[in-house]
Amino acid sequence: MDAQRLLARNSFTELNARARARALLDPGSFRELIDPFERLSSPWLPRQGIVTQADDGLVVARGLLDGAPAVVLAIEGAFQGGSMGEVSAAKIAGSLELAAEDNARGIPTRAAIVFETGGVRLQEANLGLAGIAEIQAAMVDLRRYQPVVGIVAGPVGCYGGMSIAAGLCSYLLVTREARLGLNGPAVIEQEAGVGEFDSRDRATIWGLTGGEQRYRSGLADRYVEDDAADLRQALLDCMREGRPGRCRSERTEAFLASLAKIDGTRPATPADVATAYGKELRA
Amino acid sequence: MQTLAFTFPAAAPPRGRALAGVVASGDLEVLLEPASDARITIEVTTSVEGMERTWAALFARLFAEPTRPAVHLQINDFGATPGVVGLRIAQAFDAVAQED
Amino acid sequence: MNMSSQRGTVWWQALTGGADALAGYAPSLRVADAALGNEHARYIAIVPDPHNPFPRARNGETGLIEGWSLARAVREAVEADREREIRRPIVAVVDTPSQAYGRNEEAYGIHQALAAAADAYATARLHGHPVIALLVGKAMSGAFLAHGYQANRLIALDDAQVMVHAMGRDAAARITLRSVDELDALAADIPPMAYDIHSYAALGLLWKLLPVAKPGEPGADAIASVTGALREAVADIRNDASRGLESRLRGPLRAASAEVRTRLRAQWR
Repeated sequence: MDAQRLLARNSFTELNARARARALLDPGSFRELIDPFERLSSPWLPRQGIVTQADDGLVVARGLLDGAPAVVLAIEGAFQGGSMGEVSAAKIAGSLELAAEDNARGIPTRAAIVFETGGVRLQEANLGLAGIAEIQAAMVDLRRYQPVVGIVAGPVGCYGGMSIAAGLCSYLLVTREARLGLNGPAVIEQEAGVGEFDSRDRATIWGLTGGEQRYRSGLADRYVEDDAADLRQALLDCMREGRPGRCRSERTEAFLASLAKIDGTRPATPADVATAYGKELRA
Repeated sequence: MQTLAFTFPAAAPPRGRALAGVVASGDLEVLLEPASDARITIEVTTSVEGMERTWAALFARLFAEPTRPAVHLQINDFGATPGVVGLRIAQAFDAVAQED
Repeated sequence: MNMSSQRGTVWWQALTGGADALAGYAPSLRVADAALGNEHARYIAIVPDPHNPFPRARNGETGLIEGWSLARAVREAVEADREREIRRPIVAVVDTPSQAYGRNEEAYGIHQALAAAADAYATARLHGHPVIALLVGKAMSGAFLAHGYQANRLIALDDAQVMVHAMGRDAAARITLRSVDELDALAADIPPMAYDIHSYAALGLLWKLLPVAKPGEPGADAIASVTGALREAVADIRNDASRGLESRLRGPLRAASAEVRTRLRAQWR
């Protein structure tokens, strides 16, 4: 990247969730639903002595993408690690449900989700998990009509049940600052021991689960510069492309065929994964 | 977690409302809304207990003169320093001043 | 090493009446079409496979192969019934101690494998297959999201070994910087944090909590009782115009989930 471009860059990862949603939508079209002044915050955190955020860390923004009706769901990674509580999960699920309902009536509402999350909020455990199941249900429903585009920008990354949601997207955009995985390194180390995965080994973690690697191995669709305008452009490109013939999560036979050739007892390198998935799945 | 309340005299209310900050470690969220009476009311919810005098001193310094517009401030604090608190409050007031 | 639970295997065998598992699936999966009332249902269970090619998935954990294989098992039924007016019920027999925690699982994208399974179950539901999750043991976190949580109806055996949660107790304590005792004390006051199935039932997510004798070694009465509940669930689903998950939103402890949806709808346009 040349110096001029570096200076002109407007880092997306440095924006908060509200600013991210605004940056993705057509200029001037942003309208927030259940804004912070409605104070629909977590009913469970104060009961455990934990300070809440007025919007529960989730921005629901209606607006336009390329002039077409849209909703952007942006998770605020700075609040409780972007974790999904009852309210934040319901804001995503409920919005996607309404978008699907629009489409069933002929209104082509599309959706984008900005994932910045560690997964279930453990203080709301089972309601967070149930909420994520409802998000996934709504994604599969809406995806029948319109692309559901996911963005993992960083710095939190996308983990836990929400990484499964990311796997349901019609298109997934990642940056160099993104990490995507089911179990965070600390959890794996806890469950399986430091010999399995050393949570302090940053190079390995990024090498295996970072945005560039996920793109290289076909587990993400686009690798985008950390720039608000670039991410918006990539999002619009995906919307213009329309629904893919088959989403990644529908490519059962190709993935099973690839997995059948893998030696599961040997620690995988980034190149192993790219090779295993590369050719067949990019076709 | 602790909740604290404060009141100060103020000037005429602003038209708009404003939000600043996030409830992240060392940060806070400020929700600013116009108030109908000539007062600034502040409700602080903070993760750090036993800091009443620090909050009182900070607000006394900020709102001693009744020149600020009448607003209700809700503060959700996650262990911010007085400097960060002052910055977020200033950002919120600046945002409504620009609207007016 | 943890003891593998046999409950998934036991109940899958009980419900399929000793049917042979369909060929072509990994040994960690049991798939069969067997009678449910006067039709056939597809029964699917994940079971321990001590020789699983991925070592972190040998105790019944849901891993890479399990996720993609679940997707295949469900999609195969959807494909086969595409031209039929009546789509076969699909029963997920759930005894999933956890997702597989391992380096290779992350490297090869276990999240994508579990997404494939969730996608397949949700797709089956949208295609009009009555999908039922029968919880006979643990239903944990990502494993439950992949295998069961997309069902139209959730049925749980009323038993201390049946539990639903987002993370194991010890790990949850460490991640939230609390002791296990503190966590249990909180769980007593905060139903969504509890591990037991009665607290879970209080959330309004279960369609039925079913007491049966000896849930670890079911006899004829227990099996008949579960089969009866499955048939009732199928009828209930077919009488319901919705193919979504709305029926889970009615519990009093889900007031916020319902309120969010009410306000979104009011502000949508």
